[in-house]
Amino acid sequence: MENQNLTSTATANTSLMQNLQEVRDMIRRHKRKDIIFASVGLLALVLALLTLLTLFSDLVIDGYPKFNPDFLTEFPSRRAAHAGILSAWVGSLLVMLVTFLTAVPMGVAAGLYLEEYAPKNWLSDLIEINVSNLAGVPSIVYGLLALGLFVYGLDLGQSILTAGLTLGLLILPIVIVSTREAIRAIPASIREAAYAVGATKWQVVKDHVLKYSQGGIMTGVIIGMSRALGETAPIITIGALTFIAFLPPAPISTTAPFINFEWLSSGFTVLPIQMFNWLSRPDHAFQVNAAATGAIIILVTLLMNGVAIWLRYKIRKNIKW
Amino acid sequence: MMIAPAITPASELTISPRLAKNVRRNFTERVIEFILMLAALSAVATTFAIVAILLYESLGFFKTVSVWEFFTAKEWTPLFEDAHYGIAPLVAGTLTTSAIALLVAVPIGTIAAIYMSEFASYKTREIVKPILELLVGVPTVVFGYFALLFVTPLLQKVIPDLQGFNMLGAGIVMGIMIVPYIASVAEDAMRAVPMNMREGSYAMGATRFQTAIRVVTPAAISGIVAAYILAISRAVGETMVVAVAAGQQPNLTFNPMESAATITAYIVQVAMGDLPHGSIGYQSIFAAGLVLMVMTLSFNIIGHIVRKKYREQY
Repeated sequence: MENQNLTSTATANTSLMQNLQEVRDMIRRHKRKDIIFASVGLLALVLALLTLLTLFSDLVIDGYPKFNPDFLTEFPSRRAAHAGILSAWVGSLLVMLVTFLTAVPMGVAAGLYLEEYAPKNWLSDLIEINVSNLAGVPSIVYGLLALGLFVYGLDLGQSILTAGLTLGLLILPIVIVSTREAIRAIPASIREAAYAVGATKWQVVKDHVLKYSQGGIMTGVIIGMSRALGETAPIITIGALTFIAFLPPAPISTTAPFINFEWLSSGFTVLPIQMFNWLSRPDHAFQVNAAATGAIIILVTLLMNGVAIWLRYKIRKNIKW
Repeated sequence: MMIAPAITPASELTISPRLAKNVRRNFTERVIEFILMLAALSAVATTFAIVAILLYESLGFFKTVSVWEFFTAKEWTPLFEDAHYGIAPLVAGTLTTSAIALLVAVPIGTIAAIYMSEFASYKTREIVKPILELLVGVPTVVFGYFALLFVTPLLQKVIPDLQGFNMLGAGIVMGIMIVPYIASVAEDAMRAVPMNMREGSYAMGATRFQTAIRVVTPAAISGIVAAYILAISRAVGETMVVAVAAGQQPNLTFNPMESAATITAYIVQVAMGDLPHGSIGYQSIFAAGLVLMVMTLSFNIIGHIVRKKYREQY
């Protein structure tokens, strides 16, 4: 009797051990899949990051011969060795100034309206749909809009003003969306407190909402501006000249009236267009110039984006309502 | 708007200073609200202007060219003596480069998204996400340089008879460009899946991989698919990479080894030249732009519908 019992326990034990073994094998198999996928995923990420690194180092290596101060102070030239990007970076700076002055006030105002004022009706819905739709319009279509409307319709010509307005419209959705996100993060209690002490709506918006959302709005503005800096297609579409060997009239002068606006209607070129122009020439010497220009563009845009991301990180960390 | 009750005696004809101040204050408030509304309406005005300009110039184009020819002719040579106006070659170039881009971007982007959302540690994610965002910010003309002078020579080592301008290199680079976009949108969708679904899955003995593939991915599928569709729309509208690296010759082919112009590359090519305002060549870029706009708009709308309609609510 006792013997029999022992045997049956032994059999049960062996089958249990077998089962356990199977289960452990299964777990091991599944864990292996986990590890395999984790490595594939890590590889995919590393690939993306390596691309950025390769891209940047490729540009720096190719463009290395042109990294000297002369490159920044010379006009483009038919001889690659003497060509520089003076007119391009000055043009970029002036175009960005116009873009900033149009996109930021309009975008922030639109964002404020949609978050703080807009009643729930069809008009507000229409505006919202349009903003999200505009964010998905290809940039070259903005170029066509500018060509038809600004260049020929309003007769502004292929000027800095046209380019600045075009890029301003292009980054408007970015500014609006980031403004709205920044405003939405402010709790209602802040507004209620201000109303409670007798502030009007605009006083609440101006002194509280706008003030506390500054950082978030700034993030969006920087990202938008860096996008505008690198944007090429719409500016080519308005027909910007690529060979510019002069500078627009200076906006500030030492004689009265100190500020003039002639530069707005001046012809121009910008960094990405200068790069595209050099890139589309078969001569290898010009491709060195293109690489150097590309390295400068990428450095500035990465810097701007880096500042924006750092800013956002800081805001998230610091503000606890 | 509240107006405080005036406490002026009926005999007095002038309004009290307090009321006058209120009136002024309310007036200013209204003016400010109106100005802000105008700024918001600029978005509507922009859309309207885009559609109006594209339609107006295209109408001029279709006075010369029949709609039938536009959609059926197999050649696109508006600037030649012997002009043909068939959009097909440009559309073929656009679709081919976009398809290659998606073949690269969808697998890599999805795997990266699943990894970031389900596998990566908090620390890894905090480092990787900003870098992906940086990658989104790289100007496209720089990617064009990369396609023409880095990727294509590399591909030519593998495929010796690849042309200098080809859709393959441009498409691959465009795909790499879109990866961060898909990864970050899809990751957001997956992170929005509530934690208790994962916990339920783990409690049943599922591994991370099983949870990620069979629980989280199906739950987030609407967001993931929307990311793909928006990526298509981006690829179709992308300009500089294809203008630099895929060639400028309209070519009715789906062979990625060949060079072919896309819709966007054609617009750039024409705009670089000096075309008189109102000529058929000038109008042709608006007709091409209209086709581009319709293509991207329909993808955007489909993406929007997918996200809204198939979103699982938890």
